[in-house]
Amino acid sequence: MNYEPVIGLEVHAQLLTETKIFCACSTRFGSRPNENTCPVCLGLPGVLPVLNKKVVEYAIRAGLATHCAITRKSVFARKNYFYPDLPKGYQISQYELPICQKGWIEIEVGTQKKRIGITRIHLEEDAGKSLHEHPKTRQHGASWVDLNRAGVALIETVSEPDIRSAEETVAYLKKFRAILVSLGICDGNMEEGSLRCDVNISLRPVGTEKFGTRAELKNMNSFKHIEKALAYEINRQASLLDAGKTITQETRLWNDDLGVTESMRSKEEAFDYRYFPDPDLLPLVVSDTWITEIEKSLPELPDAMRDRLIRDYQLTPYDAAILTGSRDLSRFFEQSVQLYPEAKKVANWIINEFLRLIEGDESRIAGTKITPQHLAKTLQLVDAGTISGSVAKTVLQKIFESGGGPEAVIAREGLAQVSDTGALEAAIAEIIAANPDQVAKYKGGNEKLIGFFVGLVMKKTQGRGNPGLINKLLKDKLG
Amino acid sequence: MDLHHQTIHELRNLLDKGEISSEELTQKVLSHIEQTEKQLHAFITITPELALEAAKRFDQSRQAGKKPGALAGIPLGIKDNFLTKGSRTTCGSKILGNYIAPYSGTSTQRLLDAGGVMVGKLNMDEFAMGSSNETSAFGEVHNPWDLELIPGGSSGGSAAAVAAGQCSAATGTDTGGSIRLPAALCNLVGMKPTYGRVSRYGVIAFASSLDQVGPLTKDVTDAALMLQVLAGHDPLDSTSLDVPVPHYAQSLVPDVKGWKIGIPKEYFVAGMDPEVEAAMLQAIKTLEGLGAQCGEVSLPHTDYGVPVYYILATAEASSNLARYDGIRYGYRNKEAKELISLYEKSRTEGFGDEVKRRIMLGTYVLSAGYYDAYYLKAQKARTLIRQDFTQVFKNYDVILTPVSPTAAWKLKEKTGDPLKMYLSDIFTINVNLAGLPGMSLPCGFTQGGLPIGMQLIGDSLQEEKLLRMGYAYEQATEWHKRRPKL
Ligand SMILES: [Zn+2]
Repeated sequence: MNYEPVIGLEVHAQLLTETKIFCACSTRFGSRPNENTCPVCLGLPGVLPVLNKKVVEYAIRAGLATHCAITRKSVFARKNYFYPDLPKGYQISQYELPICQKGWIEIEVGTQKKRIGITRIHLEEDAGKSLHEHPKTRQHGASWVDLNRAGVALIETVSEPDIRSAEETVAYLKKFRAILVSLGICDGNMEEGSLRCDVNISLRPVGTEKFGTRAELKNMNSFKHIEKALAYEINRQASLLDAGKTITQETRLWNDDLGVTESMRSKEEAFDYRYFPDPDLLPLVVSDTWITEIEKSLPELPDAMRDRLIRDYQLTPYDAAILTGSRDLSRFFEQSVQLYPEAKKVANWIINEFLRLIEGDESRIAGTKITPQHLAKTLQLVDAGTISGSVAKTVLQKIFESGGGPEAVIAREGLAQVSDTGALEAAIAEIIAANPDQVAKYKGGNEKLIGFFVGLVMKKTQGRGNPGLINKLLKDKLG
Repeated sequence: MDLHHQTIHELRNLLDKGEISSEELTQKVLSHIEQTEKQLHAFITITPELALEAAKRFDQSRQAGKKPGALAGIPLGIKDNFLTKGSRTTCGSKILGNYIAPYSGTSTQRLLDAGGVMVGKLNMDEFAMGSSNETSAFGEVHNPWDLELIPGGSSGGSAAAVAAGQCSAATGTDTGGSIRLPAALCNLVGMKPTYGRVSRYGVIAFASSLDQVGPLTKDVTDAALMLQVLAGHDPLDSTSLDVPVPHYAQSLVPDVKGWKIGIPKEYFVAGMDPEVEAAMLQAIKTLEGLGAQCGEVSLPHTDYGVPVYYILATAEASSNLARYDGIRYGYRNKEAKELISLYEKSRTEGFGDEVKRRIMLGTYVLSAGYYDAYYLKAQKARTLIRQDFTQVFKNYDVILTPVSPTAAWKLKEKTGDPLKMYLSDIFTINVNLAGLPGMSLPCGFTQGGLPIGMQLIGDSLQEEKLLRMGYAYEQATEWHKRRPKL
């Protein structure tokens, strides 16, 4: 049978506040274990939480940017469960009254635009990290707890089950990440766990309305994992349904080594979290004035920026969407266009070359050695005939590896285009002498072979020959 | 009168005049503790070195001409659920039996900054869960008025110690009557301020929405002195009230002419000890004699107090006590080989029966499927109870009730029957549910010579009215001057 996946996402995003949500500890990543802790985030006897106002502001930013209604009086609740990396035995979260409700995000898949509903965004504290020694490598596999992360502020964003494919899932997540990053409230790093995604997925026969039984997938820390896990899970559920079996409502973990999802716990084994309002915290009241203030301070968001790039630079929606994937990338584009106004060409070079060099990881833009000045200058040197387009790629590669301006790199690496007729004629003479058959064919009327000869000359000059000049000289010699 | 039986304001007077030194006073009190502690068992930890060191410091700074703090040189006892940096803080439980506090809570720090000399940490019901001080993992406390009797709880160590002169005043916490009941049973003044008036930071939580810190003192003047130091906003406690603190000493005026006192009919019920009832009627007469007008009022939802309290307080406690899991600090079972059994064994062995009973009750009322029927309904009833008081305070200055239906009872008398024990708090619990200030003060003795207390309840942040009425009453009576023979 043909099935349609019904997908909803729960995304946890670590907020970039300098201190934790309920104490003054630093949120710095990479500190020594348990360095960033205090009585409050260690859950010592007698401590009380005090809400960090910046965290609230960040959550409101996220809500406004995703068209949510901001709850004027939201409530913190305790989610009770035991685990060694949860120092108080409960997590402070929001339950019945989250800070943001009922919004949406627009995604594009192909040329189709689609709105994905957002049910809620709520504030909560992160747990610590447990590190388990492998029982096979140690006699008694010990477990270690690092509470540096305990109490770091998170927003959990729950989508409506509006997503219908792995492609849409990735598009939603990429768009959401771009929004958070452009707001400056999350670094969006999935590998380090700043952005974590759980996926609820069920199948239903195409054309039917009723939702099937869903599984919740966890432990996917890249877009690739999500795509693979979804493909696997859709297949798994479809096979079960085809065989007349039922789907179990359960939580499943993605095992990337084996490429499968594995059952973690069933609905019956699910925790009863015994949520209730946290009596240590007053209801969180936000004023209209504050919301208006935050709204005014919002930066240009990815959707608006994409529309502007299409309008101002005549970019395709596809290119514009990529270039607005992160604030750093769009800034790189706009600075480059300032210096080299052929927008389409700049966009192509950034998308094809620059992103390849940084392996698509936009968080590396800030630290890379290539600047917009370098890109613009390189393109100008191509136009001036100093280097060819293919050498330009090498130039960027060299700048990326070891820095320096394009002119310095060209000089250092000897990459300048050879426009010396004498040198090129010598090379051409050699090639004609070495390929009598092809020369005969060309002369016999197969003029397409000119490309073959140009290629050989380029090879001989290590790509530095001026292609226009080579063409002309070849035609003279063969003609 | 012996030094150790004097009030803070009397001692302050002697210290200020230079008639005694703080060191002498502390020595005297420490040796009195040594003589009486075997019989009373009011302390879990005694800190003589710290106390003498602090006392010497205050003597030196007095000699250097520095203006002494409000409590400079006064021996104080601190209930053992207050964290005191560097000292053991057990909360009366085996699970924190060896726990050394790494920081001091706000209220404790304020007392120390005002010059208070901590002589030790006081015995209490485990996690403040109890009305008789018999749930302490460190053994029961004896009532200095009769060693066969309980002192009341949960601040039983605090009450016994102050009454017996082992310290001049003590801190307590009151979640459902834990300051007022033992104060009444030991002939002391016990003040539970408005919820949020005193910071809870650094006080081990039992039920966060009900817990409040307050003093147990020998008279109303001392209560005002102590409250002055304790009260005030604390940025570390989000529920602490950010409102100015009045000068409580200004309330110590013996004049309540024309004040209106509400006597709730629901508080004079069958089952009340006739001697307690007689003492109440006598107190009413005395106050009328001072020019106050007493009238019967109704608090119609009074009866819901005990069930509502035991749902909400246990629900919060079940969550508050989850952190005592044997992982990071506190008691840990050494045999457990994996996580779940580590939790189960450590908590089973670390907590006493009453604490476990309440954790289970609280866990139950918050469970899926029961939350609406219990927790949510109890919250609604709590609102009604609060509204009862609001209604009365539209026309009355204070409400007067007994603190407890009986005077102190025999050790072990109620330990086998938790429900009977829970009913000892019927007159105090609703004040916590409503978040209001309540003060118990001595108002008579039984024929057997046991203290009887009355309770004054005020509207939110009206501690001044309680102090003023209490002071006026105290000036007209002698009950508060009696000391136990020990
Ligand atoms: Zn901290």
